[in-house]
This record gives sequence, C-alpha cells and structure tokens, in this order.
Amino acid sequence: MKNRVSIRNAMPSDLETIIALDEVGPEEEKPAYWRGIFDHYVKGGKKDRIFLVAEIAGEVVGFISGEIRAWEFGSPPCGWVFALAVSPETRGIGIAQRMFEEICKRLKQGRVTTVRTMVDRSNKATLSFFRSQGLRSGRYIELEKEID
Amino acid sequence: MKLNKGSLFALLAVLELASDCTRQLSTTDIAEKYGISTHHLAKVMRNLVHAGLVQAVRGVGGGYRFAGNVGRTTLLDVIQLFETLESELDVPNHRSKAGEPIMAELQSITSEIDDLTKAVLDTITLETALKSTRHRAVAAAGAAGKKA
Repeated sequence: MKNRVSIRNAMPSDLETIIALDEVGPEEEKPAYWRGIFDHYVKGGKKDRIFLVAEIAGEVVGFISGEIRAWEFGSPPCGWVFALAVSPETRGIGIAQRMFEEICKRLKQGRVTTVRTMVDRSNKATLSFFRSQGLRSGRYIELEKEID
Repeated sequence: MKLNKGSLFALLAVLELASDCTRQLSTTDIAEKYGISTHHLAKVMRNLVHAGLVQAVRGVGGGYRFAGNVGRTTLLDVIQLFETLESELDVPNHRSKAGEPIMAELQSITSEIDDLTKAVLDTITLETALKSTRHRAVAAAGAAGKKA
C-alpha cells in the first residue's frame, strides 16, 4: 500500500478533509484556524510555507505543514513542522515518514539545515515518530506558566 | 541522571539482542563485548526473561534471544524493570517547619527534571536507538576512512 501513496501540495479543495483528519472532537474543531492556515500556506503561494497532503487512490489520508522561520527567539533561519496527521486507518505503513522526508526536502531547498517541531509531552506516538526520524531535544527549551 | 548498573547492563543486552532478533547470544558473549561482569549480567538476564523481553534458549549453543517488540519497547520500559528514575533528595528527618518552602521548591525542581528525563526515554524505542546507532557507526567509519 505504501507504494500507492503519493505526496502533493495541498489545494484549497482539501480544506474539509484536513479539518476531518485533524483529530479533535466536534467541540474542539477549529475550522477557522484551518481556513486561516490555508489562506497563508495553500493560497499564499510562498515557497517558504509548505502544506503537503498524502493521497492513496485519490483520497487524502494525511497532511503535514511547516515553514521557514527566521530569527524568532534569536534562532537563525530553520524549518518548523507545526502540523502532522495521518488517518487512523492508514497508520503504520510509512505515510508520515514519506511526508516528513518530502517536507525536509522542500525546507532544504529553502537553504535551511535544521528542522524543528514541538509536541505535547503526553503525545507519545507523535514524539516517538519524530525521534524515529532522528529529531532530538534541541537548543531551545520551551517554558510556560499559568497567568493568574 | 545516573543509571544503575542493572539498567545499563539491561539496555546493552536488550539492544545487542534486538539488533538481530534471530541471533542467540550467551551472557559471556554480551559481557565480553561490553566489558561488563558476566555474573551481574546473568542476574539482569533473568529479570529480562521474566519481563518477556528476552527468551532463554536451552541446550548446546543456547543463550538468549530477543523476544519483545523492537518498534514498541522503549528505553524507559527496560530501565523501569530495574529502577524508578525518581531523583532522591536526601531530605533531613528533623528539619523545622521554616525550611519547608525551600525543601518543597527543590522537590518540585527535581520532579520537573524527572518528568523530562522520562519523557525522553519513553519516546525512544529500541528500533529508533538501533537506527541512530547504525547511523553513528556509518558516520564514524566514514570519518575514519577520510583520515586514512
């Protein structure tokens, strides 16, 4: 099945499928967020903003999105992956890896040599996936606090 | 973080056996490769057999074979068979109430460190660790080839 997977740029018509693939319950659905992301990353036409989908037999079964960001937090330009999802039915056949490899290729074309992401500590599956792709704890530490 | 000897020997043995699941090795084979105590390793192997991570093969040419799931078993799964990975603050028994806030703060900080340590170890599968090991070996061989 892995050979039947193709990776392509997302198109405006993929929006509803992306919202469905984004694994959140109905109360937490964030269509407005995804519409904004599509405006910037799919319709924007900028090379440093990437939104890819994985397809099997014409059906979108996964997506990955990222961009090149420069000088945030004092960091030289680097690639960020901020969204990754694969439909539960097609997990375990290497789709996430194919999408990750493709986005890394695109980021490299943008002349960055580092890719970063941020994952909830409790999301073991996603953390394990990124580690399997060679990602390690980086130079930056995320800090936060409750604001009373 | 300081791993106890049991954890370290278990990680070495499990990674060695998992690198080729069809292969059987004796405790002597493993102990000699890593320069560790055969006697101590034998005790560790009994725990690993009990946990189902390795299988003891009896008879001539017997030894141990990996019996777990390389893609699912994490480094933390192995370590937790031998220790809890909780930082130990040697808190004095006869402290006054006035010292409680600082003691609580130090315990909170060590707990934060413990959580991070566990989050790292719990997302590195044996498969990922072995993949990185192979990359490291290839890179080292390449560097050695350049020097020669």
